[in-house]
Amino acid sequence: MRISVDVEACVGGGQCVLSAPDLFDQSDDDGTVILLGQPNADQEHEALQAERVCPAGAIVVDPR
Amino acid sequence: MTEPGAVPRFPLPRVRPFDPPPQYDEFRERCPVTKVTLYDDTEAWLVTRYDDVRTVLGDDRFSAVGSWRFQPSASRAAAERGEKSFTAMDPPEHRHFRRMLTRHFTVKRIEQLRPAVESIVDDVLSQLVSGPRPVDLVQALALPVASRTMCHLVGVPYQDHAWYEKRATVRSVLDADPAEAAQATQDLLDYVDRLVTRRQAEPGEDLTSRLVQELLVTGLIHRSDLVAMLRLLLTAGHETTATMIGTGTFVLLQHPDQLRQLVDDADLLPNAIEELLRYISMLHLTIVRVAKDAVELGGQQIVPGDGLIATPAAANKDPHAFPDPNRFDIHREARHHIAFGYGVHQCLGQPVARLELQSVFSALFARLPGLRLAIPADEVQYNHSNLVGVQSLPVNW
Ligand code: HEM
Ligand code: SF4
Repeated sequence: MRISVDVEACVGGGQCVLSAPDLFDQSDDDGTVILLGQPNADQEHEALQAERVCPAGAIVVDPR
Repeated sequence: MTEPGAVPRFPLPRVRPFDPPPQYDEFRERCPVTKVTLYDDTEAWLVTRYDDVRTVLGDDRFSAVGSWRFQPSASRAAAERGEKSFTAMDPPEHRHFRRMLTRHFTVKRIEQLRPAVESIVDDVLSQLVSGPRPVDLVQALALPVASRTMCHLVGVPYQDHAWYEKRATVRSVLDADPAEAAQATQDLLDYVDRLVTRRQAEPGEDLTSRLVQELLVTGLIHRSDLVAMLRLLLTAGHETTATMIGTGTFVLLQHPDQLRQLVDDADLLPNAIEELLRYISMLHLTIVRVAKDAVELGGQQIVPGDGLIATPAAANKDPHAFPDPNRFDIHREARHHIAFGYGVHQCLGQPVARLELQSVFSALFARLPGLRLAIPADEVQYNHSNLVGVQSLPVNW
């Protein structure tokens, strides 16, 4: 599984940080998403959850 | 049931306070994008499926510009008509202004407010406990917590709260005088303008002071745009959170088994709050967009200029997204609710709202384990505003 984020599209509400705090953070400069790393097997559910709740389509999870 | 062929009037009546109008289920099955008429006979589309509501809010073929025309009453339309802040803009303008604020509303940044919010809650609860009983929890807890938090965050002197809250309320009740609602918006803008002047002269640690320094002094924003933005913050964060505190307490008291689990295991609280947001779906009438392009949605041909009502009250009760949707269940996966909206306008203040709700519910039930309604549940009075909620909540303990 591979996550990619689109900082341009991000609206900074932090839903990803709440869903998967070990995978996402927000920039101190403008609140946009920072990808902290790729998910391990235990974090896949959280990664998918983040993709689902992101309001801006800024998180894409490639299941391969 | 609505008569075949008849175009229903929006808002449709509810039968049970927290369940959406029963027709929504029928629409979702048979006609998920359905025509309704508004107070002034304007027609709009009511969107009832979760996926379609997310499309309307998330897809740039739908616009927030001019959406005031499809508000549910004359006074709401008058209040929103003069809106100059980024709620009434589309990208790229929307993004330009919202990005000026997002660094101040990150999850991390708002978490730093926790001690201040907890001490506000503690203080308000101490006053409540030492006062007369029964007491109205809305007046004695929900409103003061929400308004003191917003005053602290934005930098509004607390002694002004009654003045600005009165204006905010006129903007949100459905049957206010339209002229008064428009005037309330203007009064708030004038007030915030004076606040900017004051914070320019005597800066503090609050958001207004910081934005003045970051944006106004540096010439990154026009004064009128800053004023519109601060006006939005002031009214977006106060009545909403207060309504969720009062109404959330009521819903929890109505589900004593689940409340007991919450008191025993604080780790359940964050998810329970998501479920309260979903179950109550407070902003149920006013999330509206205008089609920019011709779009087919839910089997209907939408043409440019059409208004669409994208209500969380329908989306959050769609059984395809939330099984057995009218059941309150603190254990369900609820985080994908759209009580904070969806798309680029999704609530900027959601970390603040979550922080307040967590602080209030954990302190309230710990300090007053015997908290109970002081009147029969069916005598509780509800709002007649754009927010689903209890008007007052007499409690005892
Ligand atoms: C439980 C409490 C709250 C709920 C349910 C709520 C709900 C919402 C919803 C549904 C929207 C989107 C409206 C639309 O798409 O047209 C929104 C926008 C907004 N909210 Fe909240 N809100 C809450 C509390 C707050 C707080 C505490 C603040 C500020 C500290 C706040 C600030 C804002 C702002 C600035 C926007 C406009 C965002 C934009 O247009 O980009 N809200 N809120
Ligand atoms: S959930 Fe999406 S829009 Fe929100 S902060 Fe994360 S990436 Fe950005």
